[in-house]
This record gives sequence, C-alpha cells and structure tokens, in this order.
Amino acid sequence: MNTQTAVGRFGRFGGRYVPETLVPALMELEEAYTAARADPTFDAEVAQVLREFVGRPTTLTPARRLTEAWGGAHVWLKREDLAHTGAHKINNTVGQVLLARRMGKKRIIAETGAGQHGVATATACALFGLPCEVFMGALDVERQALNVFRMRALGAVVRPVESGSRTLKDAMNEAMRTWVSQVSDTHYVIGSAAGPHPYPTVVRDFQAIIGTELRTQAQAAFGKLPDAIVACVGGGSNAIGVLHPFIGDASVRLIGVEAGGHGLDSGQHGASLTLGTEGVLHGSRSLVLQDADGQIQEAHSISAGLDYPGVGPELAHLAKTGRMEVRTATDDEALAAFYEVARLEGILPALETSHAFARGKELARELGAGKYLVINCSGRGDKDVATISARGVPPAVGVKP
Amino acid sequence: MSGEIAKAFARAKARGEGALVAYGMAGDPDLPRSVDVFAAMVEGGADIIEVGVAFSDPIADGPVIQGAAERALKAGSTLKRVLDEVVPELRRRCPETPLVIMTYVNVIMAMGEERFAKLARERGVSGAILPDLPPEESGSLRATFDAAGVDLIPLCAPTTPQARAEAIAKDARGFVYCVSVAGVTGMRAQLPADLSQRLELVRKASLVPVVAGFGISTAEQARTLSAHADGVVVGSAIVRAAHSEGPQAARAMCAEIKRGLKR
Repeated sequence: MNTQTAVGRFGRFGGRYVPETLVPALMELEEAYTAARADPTFDAEVAQVLREFVGRPTTLTPARRLTEAWGGAHVWLKREDLAHTGAHKINNTVGQVLLARRMGKKRIIAETGAGQHGVATATACALFGLPCEVFMGALDVERQALNVFRMRALGAVVRPVESGSRTLKDAMNEAMRTWVSQVSDTHYVIGSAAGPHPYPTVVRDFQAIIGTELRTQAQAAFGKLPDAIVACVGGGSNAIGVLHPFIGDASVRLIGVEAGGHGLDSGQHGASLTLGTEGVLHGSRSLVLQDADGQIQEAHSISAGLDYPGVGPELAHLAKTGRMEVRTATDDEALAAFYEVARLEGILPALETSHAFARGKELARELGAGKYLVINCSGRGDKDVATISARGVPPAVGVKP
Repeated sequence: MSGEIAKAFARAKARGEGALVAYGMAGDPDLPRSVDVFAAMVEGGADIIEVGVAFSDPIADGPVIQGAAERALKAGSTLKRVLDEVVPELRRRCPETPLVIMTYVNVIMAMGEERFAKLARERGVSGAILPDLPPEESGSLRATFDAAGVDLIPLCAPTTPQARAEAIAKDARGFVYCVSVAGVTGMRAQLPADLSQRLELVRKASLVPVVAGFGISTAEQARTLSAHADGVVVGSAIVRAAHSEGPQAARAMCAEIKRGLKR
C-alpha cells in the first residue's frame, strides 16, 4: 500500500526543501531511480547481492525465554542484526550504491550517527570499488570508536564534524553542504528514510525487504500475520522498512518506539514524533524538535542512532493519521532491556534496538497469550559496548562469584 | 510587488554603477551592534541590504556565515527580534535602502507565513530570500508574500538547466539571485568561466534585475561580473571583515567592491 499522497508527499509531510543547486540532482536521482525500478535486471542485481553478500533473508527467531518471562504474547525477533555489517543499514546502501553506479557517479558521500550506516556505506563502496567519504559528528566519533575503525579499515575517509551538537544532524548538514559543491559526480547516500524527495521513498523501498520477508516468514512460522510489530525510531529507516508492507493490514498493530532520553519532561530526548512540531529540516517537512522561533533543538539519547531531532516524513504521516502507535523508552529503560535480552536470549541488541525491546515487554502483556508480537532487531550491540560497560555490568546470573 | 528594490537598481544604474547587494548577519555580535554594521555597509555604498536571520542548521552556508549564525543565536537573535529591533532602527538610519530578509524556510514557518509577511511589510522589509525553498515548494508562500507586497526573490544555480532558469527568471519578484558557483556561500579565488554567459541568458529571460552572488569578495570580481549582471551580492567577505574589525571594516569592504562596480 502506498501512503504517498502526491509526488514526494506523505499527507502534509515530505517535499524537497533544498538549495536550487541540488534540485536538478534530486530530479535526476528520481528519474534514475524510477527507471531502475522498472528494469528487472536492477532488482535482480540488488536481490543477488542481498542474498550472496548480505546474507538475506535474515531469520525470524522465536524468543522463547522472553515470551516466558514477559508472560504475554509470543515474542519473535526479525534478525537484522544477523545481516552483514550487523544492522539493517546494509539493505539500503547496497541498493543506493548500485543505483549510483548505474548513474555513473564517481564517488559516494554519506552521513552517519552511530556509525552503522557509515560502515554499511563503506562496505558497499568497497564491494563495488567506489571512493567513500563519511561525515560523522565529532561526539559520535568519540563514542563509536569501533565503527570509526571499521569504516577506515574498509577504505573510507571519516570526516569528524565539529559544528552544532557534533552529532547526526550536524553530520547531515555537512554532508549536504559538501554535496552542493560536488553534486555533478557525487552521490549522497542518505541512511534514514528522511531528507528531500526522493530519498524517503528510495530508502523505504530498499528497507521494505525486512517487512516483505517477515510477511512470508510469519505465515510459515505461526500461520498468520503478526498481531503487532515493534521497531525503534530515530530517522526511522528500520521502522518504515519493517512496517511499510503491513500498512494495509488492519489486524496488524504498528508500533514505533522513540528515544525518551532522560525523560520526556527533561528536555533531553529524541522524541520528535511524540513532542515535535511541523517544520523543515534536512530537506523535508516533518515533525522536528524545535523552539518557538524555528531553531532546531539538540536531541539526546544514549543511543547515537536515535539522537536525531527529526524523523522521516512517512512515519510522521503514519503517526499523525494514527496508523502507527508511538511510544518512548528512556535511556535507563533501554539499558535494562539490553541486559534482559542479553541474558535471556543470548543476543546483545544495539542500544537503538534496546528501546524497542523496552516497550516490547508491556506490549506482550497488553496483547496477551496466544497473540504474536514481532520485534525488529534492527542491529547488534557490539558498537555500543564501550557506552554500556562504562555504566557498570550487573553481576553474573546463576553462578557463585 | 514592492517598488523599492526596482528603484534601488534604477538609482545605481543612473549613476552608472552596478548595484551592490550586501549581506550581514543580524545579531552578530549582538542586535544593536549589527545595526551599526548594516548602517556602515550603506555608508560604504551598499544599494540593498540583505538582513541575515540565523538558523541553527544552515545547509546552504559556508563556514564564515555558519559561524556568524552561531554567534547571533548565542546573542539571542530571532526573526521576531530582528523585525522588532533591527529593521525599524535600520529604516530610521537608512530610509532609502531596501531591506531584504535572508533566512531558511523553517524560521518563516515557525513564525507563520502570513504573520511574517504582514509584520515584515509593516516594518518596511521589501523582500525575502529563502535558499532552501525552490519554486516547487514556494507556491502558497509566494502568494501570501505577493498579497502583502513582499518580494520572494528566487535563486538560480549553475546546475539549473536553461529552460528551468528561464522559467525562474520570467516569474521572479524583486531580482533574480544567480548563485555563481555550485557550493555553499563563501569567498572563492576563481569563479566559473561560463558564469558571464549564464548571467546573460538569465538576464534575457528576466523582467527584473539579475545579480550574481556566492564567492565574490574583490573589486576585480565585481567588475568582471557587473558587465553581465545588474549587480553583485557580497556576504562572507563583509561578515568576516565586520567580525574581525568591526563596522568600519564592513564599510571599507563595501566601498572597495563598489569601486569595482563603477562603469
């Protein structure tokens, strides 16, 4: 089902609010993308790379001990953490880099928050032999040392961005500013389902493989569609990817979980769907965290990937129309969920994903026994271990010290 | 449409000069002292003043103007305060010089398009430049501005195909702002070789004056370009001068560019 209401619009949201210099490039991208999608050889090539290199389809795993511990619905996990590079981000970068190559672009730039999108872009560039430059907030460079190393190891140049809050939004500003000066031979791989049209559509389509696989796997695993699907929401690429194929299925509850940070009343959070107002950021009209004068506010989350004051326009539309339910989880709740999942299921989820798990517990109870809840396990937590261990590790279970 | 902008270009032309459209950041280093900078720019020969209103996430700006925006925000600059405190004082001190607000679309949306247009017109603002609002997105806002008598000044880029550039020019209000380089604001040693040809094409299609901007910081560049345009925009060079040496440096920079614009 398509929620696009006009070209590049999702209800009131979306559009293309960029400097005139970029408008022709976005038109060219839109045209090239439309042509590529109409060409079966392109889809076949993307599918082949996803299968042979990324490791798709990712599995749908029953979380038996969480199901038992939470005492409610059957909990299943869609395992994007098992995709190559450790997160769903690779689905989109493989698609966009193949598209860029088709368009004859000579180099790739990208922005990254937690570094997963940067690693995924660097990986796709290494695979297809294109030079790659990744803009990353200087604060994120500090807190995501592992991913910075991975990008460099893959041959990418990491550019720390010192302006503003030194996080994802500033990295995106700098990537756009750079793109304006190099637009003729450079493709900008945006990692969130955000930015100017056609990016929200392009990213969503490449990520919709998550939900498309889930439809088939759910039927095979428990004989019906899930009763509810939960995903964390920063910019929203994993959320729109897993949820989009279910928009037309009224029986399926769609739930997005945002970063509650230090709490919604603390002023330090990343809850743009919950507390944002209509505005324009990074080329699209959506819900953004801003003050009364239209200045964008700094978001906060323990998770670098949810630390973004905007959200993709299609998710804003789904939230405003009520099709997607929006909840939040605080830093502390995400940390608690991280350990619960680690110790009950043997999975270290990314801090982003831990937000979805934090709300999964109450959703499982709300749904009740006999229902099926799928949590999108958007990425693995290796990159976050320094942040998490700095807070101290709880004692081992069931073993005397 | 406001007539002030057309008159300013006509006055410059009558004196045998290209027009200088000079940009400054309102609120840098603070609101009252930025008024002194703007007034000094007019004394130095600026024909039209672009009053920059800071935005936290300026995707079209280079480092000099980004830095100025950060300082202005720290000093408490907002669109409301610029309209309340900077614009009226500037109208009093330089009544002849048209003022154009330059900011990002989110700042206007936050105030409300209609409220901005009405307030701006009441206070004596002639136009607005919104670098992240291409023609496809500007329909309702432009109608509101037209009704209030505020010119929404469009931009044209080096990457804009000719037919699109002509359409932008034909439909323009105030003047057409031709971005000289594919890039952000800021000084450049070299301007593209085909710039003069592009300016002539836009000028042919346009019913309003055409100016070149982005990257211009010397009298020599101004002289070269003014042969093919009705004027030039200078921003970063003035902002940098004002930041390091105060209003007198901004005045000197304008006077220097103005020398290049004499025909």
